[in-house]
Amino acid sequence: MADRKIRVVVAKPGLDGHDRGAKVIARAFRDAGMEVIYTGLRQTPEQIVETAIQEDADAIGLSILSGAHEHYFKAINDILADKNASDIVVFGGGVIPDSDVPRLLELGAGAIFGPGTPTNECIEWLKEAVAGKNN
Amino acid sequence: MFEEKQLDATKSGKERYDAAVTKTLAKNPERKEKFATVGGIPVERLYTPLDIDSLDYGSDLGYPGEYPYTRGVQPTMYRGRFWTMRQYAGFATAEESNERYRYLLSQGTTGLSVAFDLPTQIGYDSDHPMARGEVGKVGVAIDSMADMETLFGGIPLDKVTTSMTINAPASVLLAMYIAVAEKNGIKPDALGGTIQNDILKEYIARGTYIFPPKPSMRLITDIFEFCSQNVPKWNTISISGYHIREAGSTAIQEVAFTLSDGIAYVQAAIDKGQDPNVFGKRLSFFFNSHNDFIEEIAKFRAARKVWAHIMKERFGVTDKSAQMLRFHTQTAGSTLTAQQPENNIVRVAIQTMAAVMGGTQSLHTNSLDEALALPTDKSVRIALRTQQIVAYESGITNIVDPFAGSYAVESLTKRIEEGAWEYIKKIDEHGGMMAAIERGYPQQQIQDAAYEYQRSVESGDQVVVGVNKFQVDEDASIRQLLRVDPSVGENQVEKLAKMKSERDNVKVKDALEDIRKTAEGSDNLMPSIVDAVRAYATEGEICGVLREVFGEYKENVVL
Repeated sequence: MADRKIRVVVAKPGLDGHDRGAKVIARAFRDAGMEVIYTGLRQTPEQIVETAIQEDADAIGLSILSGAHEHYFKAINDILADKNASDIVVFGGGVIPDSDVPRLLELGAGAIFGPGTPTNECIEWLKEAVAGKNN
Repeated sequence: MFEEKQLDATKSGKERYDAAVTKTLAKNPERKEKFATVGGIPVERLYTPLDIDSLDYGSDLGYPGEYPYTRGVQPTMYRGRFWTMRQYAGFATAEESNERYRYLLSQGTTGLSVAFDLPTQIGYDSDHPMARGEVGKVGVAIDSMADMETLFGGIPLDKVTTSMTINAPASVLLAMYIAVAEKNGIKPDALGGTIQNDILKEYIARGTYIFPPKPSMRLITDIFEFCSQNVPKWNTISISGYHIREAGSTAIQEVAFTLSDGIAYVQAAIDKGQDPNVFGKRLSFFFNSHNDFIEEIAKFRAARKVWAHIMKERFGVTDKSAQMLRFHTQTAGSTLTAQQPENNIVRVAIQTMAAVMGGTQSLHTNSLDEALALPTDKSVRIALRTQQIVAYESGITNIVDPFAGSYAVESLTKRIEEGAWEYIKKIDEHGGMMAAIERGYPQQQIQDAAYEYQRSVESGDQVVVGVNKFQVDEDASIRQLLRVDPSVGENQVEKLAKMKSERDNVKVKDALEDIRKTAEGSDNLMPSIVDAVRAYATEGEICGVLREVFGEYKENVVL
């Protein structure tokens, strides 16, 4: 069990088509030895949670550049609670003003990574968050 | 380009210089072992006549306004008229966006550019379940012609030109624009503007597709034909490299993939029996202006030359204006930093200079706060002032193509041209752009370049000022950012319900049925779409019918 690879779903919720960040971070996670499931565009919150549960994922990373972040973090948080899956770590990134971050943390996000964040910082954070969850 | 004797002297001079460099390097090594452009093209320490020896002035550069248009599409360029200063804008409701447009016009913008929200771009009305949370966020919400009337209220549509960033449902929004103008007594042939209407780059890089490739191409060629006959001053497509570059491509890939998309559209219209000498005049392009000043100037020049060659040699186009690559430019959003955002003003200014030296026909300058949110009035004004300062104060607009003859710029122009041809050949070997997209070829190339760039930033090889060097502690909470009122979505849904209860619903039903029948056949779809929007059929209703007939595109996920 100790050597189980971290499994992370990288998802693009809603209608936003900006997938450069999602794809870069997905590759960085993969290069860091994680199992990455990238959903592609236009996923509903239901589809994202469903994928995470089916794939037995430890974490869901949401990439949102459309300004609709509060809506999607809330929806995913609610569905996870509904499905008794709130142990799945949720985090995100994109064009998200700093002043919105506290609200997203209330809505269950473990961390929000803004533009310019080194991928290493996300990787280290995710490793710790998943280890914390499993202890 | 040079006399034999002159070159001999240059050669011996170069040998002397190289020997001196070797000595200098032994004592003082350079900052890096290898130097390259942002787009990854290796660059030399020094360029001399030897690097452009193979160029022929007449056939490679020529004169502005003459084939191959390397030096620009008009003989006098900005001495005649500046480029169109066109700021992409739109958010929340039609009322608020209308206010922003009138503000921009009062501040000296010379053309409008409409940003639609994502539901509008993907053919959903504001009350669709997929629209939840997205209404009015990245642009203005437009459900029916009623919203469009509000959006352009008090703006003389025969005096301004309007660019609309709309792709999959471009026919519907164009139809609404025509219908609004008509209601104000303006005939379609008096309308000027552009619809983006470029579906291929949506599959490759931008993501707001609806229908599969075949019916999408039909919608596009229907627009070409309809506009040739009815809206002759309208640019029917804006073939876009901007988003390809934003997705992480190199400069060469930006040129190559964009022009390959262009080839696919021209071929599709020719296959429908249309004359490229006619529709070719209304094709326009859209490029990115990125950080690497010299590379970008060279890129714009190379793009013009390669396209002229494609139109003349590949498609046999003889009409001069159908050979010309005319383009809009936007400064590179992906170069903006959330850290120390004021620095973005300087980045945008450099990118503006490159676009102007590259001979753009219109320009959008990004605002300093766009890595954080939609821009405020003040930051938009600074962005516009940046263009005005370059236009009126810098002096670079007094000379046509001022960088021509620079050994470095000409050499890089040639390099980008050659690189673009190599890619175009590869895409032809895939069987054209559509087939290449289905195999994920351009997507993979772009992603690899994006990942490579990210790694070079993280290794510190690529410095981003304020991000991986020269950082400061900032208090980000005091920034004034634009906020879209959360009630926008609900209000828009109420407005839509009210409009639907007041229109003639029998007329709408008939009009939608007419669209369905036309879509099932092969006649031009535009006339029935114009009829439907006149009856206040919504965008979601029209695209809904088309979705039923055409089906929907499913992304080929490449990682």
